[in-house]
Amino acid sequence: MSVAQIAGTARARGWLRPHRIALLAVAAGLVVTAALTMRWDWLAQYWDLALLGIWRTIWILVVTTVLGFLLAVPLGLAQAAGPRYLALPARAFCTVIRGTPLLLQLWLLYYGLGALFPQFPWIRQSELWPYLRQAWPYAVLALTLSYAGYEGEVMRGAFSGVPRGQLEAARAFGMSRWKVLRRIWMPQAIHRALPTLAGETVLQLKATPLVATITVIDVYAVASKVRQETFITYEPLLLLALVYLAITGVLVFLFRRLEARIPSRLG
Amino acid sequence: MTGAPAASPADRPSKRQDAAEAIHVENLHKRFGSLHVLKGVSLSARDGEVIAIIGGSGSGKSTLLRCINCLENPTSGIIRVNGEEIRLKADSHGHTIPADRRQIERIRSKLGMVFQSFNLWSHMTLIENVIEVPIHVLKVPRAEAIATAEKLLERVGLADKRDVYPAFLSGGQQQRGAIARALAIQPRVMLFDEPTSALDPELVGEVLKVIADLAHEGRTMVLVTHEMKFAREVASHVVYLYNGLVEEEGPPEQLFGAPRSERLKQFLRNVS
Repeated sequence: MSVAQIAGTARARGWLRPHRIALLAVAAGLVVTAALTMRWDWLAQYWDLALLGIWRTIWILVVTTVLGFLLAVPLGLAQAAGPRYLALPARAFCTVIRGTPLLLQLWLLYYGLGALFPQFPWIRQSELWPYLRQAWPYAVLALTLSYAGYEGEVMRGAFSGVPRGQLEAARAFGMSRWKVLRRIWMPQAIHRALPTLAGETVLQLKATPLVATITVIDVYAVASKVRQETFITYEPLLLLALVYLAITGVLVFLFRRLEARIPSRLG
Repeated sequence: MTGAPAASPADRPSKRQDAAEAIHVENLHKRFGSLHVLKGVSLSARDGEVIAIIGGSGSGKSTLLRCINCLENPTSGIIRVNGEEIRLKADSHGHTIPADRRQIERIRSKLGMVFQSFNLWSHMTLIENVIEVPIHVLKVPRAEAIATAEKLLERVGLADKRDVYPAFLSGGQQQRGAIARALAIQPRVMLFDEPTSALDPELVGEVLKVIADLAHEGRTMVLVTHEMKFAREVASHVVYLYNGLVEEEGPPEQLFGAPRSERLKQFLRNVS
């Protein structure tokens, strides 16, 4: 056996502890029981739709967290270090977003804005109309603003938490304000915020089913559709839970990898 | 490493009238609101001089040092670095601020500042800390910056710690790293703001040794310190600040050996 193989087996043996074997057995038992005693004949018919729903959930999650985070950085910075005329609106935005239910925001945008737009002929004739008449832009907008509101507050704390002395050192060596932000302040703030952002992104994943209420067919909407058309309730919901669990697992794994890039014990 | 020829402080003239003036401070005032911290301080550092600023807590010595590179904006007065006067203006609140941000950034990049609390950037390894300013401010090619940084880290005795993050270094190691970071910009003047005050007593020596080496190679330095013995050994000129004014100044033998001012005598008795 080569050295690599020996190391591989050793690692596998180290990982396969008694409690892990027991848990794996329990999980396997649950899967087998579910497969044998429950109804899964509907799966073949809805398979394609389910995959489409999963894909839609994932891209909505990715797009809204990325856009939301890009908004959250200036929102946090404005609150942490901006002049009053920027800090106040930023704080007001975060307070309103965090103080109202996401479902309400979503409906206000979709039924409010969405109903307002068609009344203006120039909007109906514009290039954007093919998008504005669909539901998903409103879903993306609402979820983006929501993520920005929560993460704006997180980033405010993260920016404030970077030790003043390190920023002062950067200034003392002739860095411009922009360079201090880009090279010193922002990297440290993001690193500080990462554990919180991981949790918030998982919450964002679990906020995505709300888009089903404005006719966007995500994976949750597919499960509802199965229930309505076949009167099978538990099986689709169980599978749905498994899908969200799997996406959460991937998210947590990705954020761990990100966090591990810089050793902890920050200044 | 460039600098004037090595000269030990003893045989160095207390004021090098022939050398160019690296730092010139004239009638500097600094107010924090109603608190008048500096009440008209003048200071001059010629090339190769080591100026030690001593004084009690609240005497304004750190503020004076921080005004030189505008980390604190002086309320009034003249500051010249390498003969270039820092242009100041009043902002809308009546505070004095630098008139030209670019000028300040350019001047700052010639002054190597070492802080009491080290202030190494904690998201970067030691060598990344040292090459950061040369690469991103001074636009030195990366390979060249790394080569210089490795030499500097070797010089301060941290060659084996190049890829370690600051949080995993002792205070003394962090401060020596911070000195390497300041040297990496090839500064005209090194500014030390109480470099050993935050250190455990047994770590003070290793940092003072590095600073003494720099003094002996003829580097221009302005040093705020509580280490009187050290100031006496390395300084070519000592300034005693009391309550925002220069109470007494002169060569170290005179200030420490035969102080004239009552307050300085009292101060020296208290700290020794």
